[in-house]
Amino acid sequence: MSLNKTLVDMDYLLNEAPREKHFITGAQAMAEAVKRASVDMAIAYPITPQSEVMHLVGDIYAQGHIKEYYRAEEELGTMSAIAGAARAGVRLFTATSGPGLLRGLEAIVSWPGHRVPCVLGILTRVVNAPLSIQPDNIEMAYMLHCGAVMLHAENQQDTFDYTLAAFAITEKVDVYIPVAVATEGFFVTHAKGYVNMMDEKYAYKEVDPYEAPVPAMDNEVPPARIQRDAPVQKSNFMSYLIHSVWQQEIWDSNRRAMKYIYQYLGGPIEVINPDADVFILASGCAAAQAREANRYAEEEGLSVGLIKVKAIRPFPKQEIRDALKNAKSVIIPEHNIIGWLASEVKSSIDNSGIVVDGPRVYGGMTLPVELIMTEIYTALGMETETLQA
Amino acid sequence: MSLRYMIPASKFKRYLPKDYVELVDYGPFGKKYSEVGVKNMGAYKELVEEHPMCSGCWMAYYIKIIFASLPNPENTVTIGTAGCGRLAISQAAVPFVYGNYGDQNAMASGMTRAFRLRFPDIQKDVITIAGDGGMMDIGFSMTMHAWFRREKFTTIMLDNETYGNTGGQESGMSMEGAVLKMSPKGKNFGKLPAMQLAITAGCVYVVKMSPTNINKASKAIRRAIFAARNLGPTFIHAYTSCNIEYSIPTPDVFADAKEKEKGRFAFEEYMTPEAKELFAQIESKTKREVS
Repeated sequence: MSLNKTLVDMDYLLNEAPREKHFITGAQAMAEAVKRASVDMAIAYPITPQSEVMHLVGDIYAQGHIKEYYRAEEELGTMSAIAGAARAGVRLFTATSGPGLLRGLEAIVSWPGHRVPCVLGILTRVVNAPLSIQPDNIEMAYMLHCGAVMLHAENQQDTFDYTLAAFAITEKVDVYIPVAVATEGFFVTHAKGYVNMMDEKYAYKEVDPYEAPVPAMDNEVPPARIQRDAPVQKSNFMSYLIHSVWQQEIWDSNRRAMKYIYQYLGGPIEVINPDADVFILASGCAAAQAREANRYAEEEGLSVGLIKVKAIRPFPKQEIRDALKNAKSVIIPEHNIIGWLASEVKSSIDNSGIVVDGPRVYGGMTLPVELIMTEIYTALGMETETLQA
Repeated sequence: MSLRYMIPASKFKRYLPKDYVELVDYGPFGKKYSEVGVKNMGAYKELVEEHPMCSGCWMAYYIKIIFASLPNPENTVTIGTAGCGRLAISQAAVPFVYGNYGDQNAMASGMTRAFRLRFPDIQKDVITIAGDGGMMDIGFSMTMHAWFRREKFTTIMLDNETYGNTGGQESGMSMEGAVLKMSPKGKNFGKLPAMQLAITAGCVYVVKMSPTNINKASKAIRRAIFAARNLGPTFIHAYTSCNIEYSIPTPDVFADAKEKEKGRFAFEEYMTPEAKELFAQIESKTKREVS
């Protein structure tokens, strides 16, 4: 790279490099993170509402921050090309949303099994039908079971920090599976917020394919792979065995990512007012509204706790169990109709009866703080105007 | 490093599988084409030996020709997809990537570009080898767009005119009228014009053939690989019959291939003027190097 960058490790980049405050959109925040990540190659495909991320990344390529970039024919072509380039040992980024994610899903869900380290931006959008291009994070539900690490950003600052951290996590020798960084389309991607960023002269140290636990298929990394090797054909028995141990290893890798989520992001959850009886638990953009509800409650003299979930995979079961140990009620606002976060929480705690399923908005609706407040009043046994009406 | 990386330390050699050691000692790695290649098959350790293909499989035979023709096997990666072909390709002593359904040319696009980033001074040959279903049906858009984008790698289609591995269903490359699974009343449209599509999409070297002559088949494969290195995408459309689904008795497989060579798989070769010039240079330098 000819831009004369100062290459540093991720700890320095995230925690020590001096930062300045900027006022930018979520899409810009993700692209600015990519700019500082010494990405070798990015592959783009346009989709609303996230298209801005990948065309901003194209601008970054034109400025010389990325070595290779092209627009692929469609999402499956994009995600497959990422898998091909990963075999050659380069650092990779792409982003998609909603229907595009589902179109690329066959390739994406095979990345962990193929041990493809890369960062995938998910700028959430309604999955049709009926047609809508509004934000709704139901697509994340389809990603939960593939083995990828998943982070969910609340705002523009998170989007910047999580995306940067993702590049370090994905290449860790004991992880080496893809990391998806999700945030809400429009609400975060198209809205401006304050982001503290280090100068762009700082960049994450370049990838070293010789450090990879799974050698690149570049005919350069010993041991040579000239042995005839087609385990699936050996026998059904071998096929079962290989698939099962391989999948176990992927999910172990996923769990091992947790220590890096502590290292770079200060842990998978953030807790405010841990001694409360009533909690709001949320991820992504819903966490911003939950934070507002928490502030309203405080102003009204009500004791309400907040749990923000930053990591969706690995899911912080133990951390959430501990945080909800003495809770009497946990309200889970979400931007989707099925309530995948509520399901995750219910399966993590012993007393799932304390979970309040909602409020949920979908199809691109905003999440008014009042909806959350109504649930808080109900949980605290207070009468509300809504209930009286 | 490519050659050295596969040669074991002498003291370690005795602990390695015999097959590995024989490949290092007697395989084609780092040797001149005149010493190995298709003409000497049987006299050196070939990259494909055992395979699980059916008796009389013409595809298995052609895959052996592909691997015996590689100009630089120690720096070659193959990419394939579901189908009979990968059963033999994955048994070759060359790294093979098995992706998802029909995505071989998209994977190769990413891989070729990444190799050029990492190894600007080393030629890494990327070759996609897939069937008619993988190339022209499920992978159609990825095949075509890789060509439109002028991605520099070689595409080889093993056309057996059916989905052989899944039990003989109609494919886009089946003949009009063919009665197959999923076309119980006969296919109602003809073969996709793969060669014309490749030329239109910008391939710089395109061959359609029934590989009955190993030297001719090898020459086309090597030309396709040489041209893909610097000029642009190249495509070989080869007839590799499915003797099971088309009920061709094993002893008649070769005769069938000869017959197809007189008909719809008559040899056709297209090249751009740049490719023609390239071949003239390479082939005049050392005649044996290509033919």
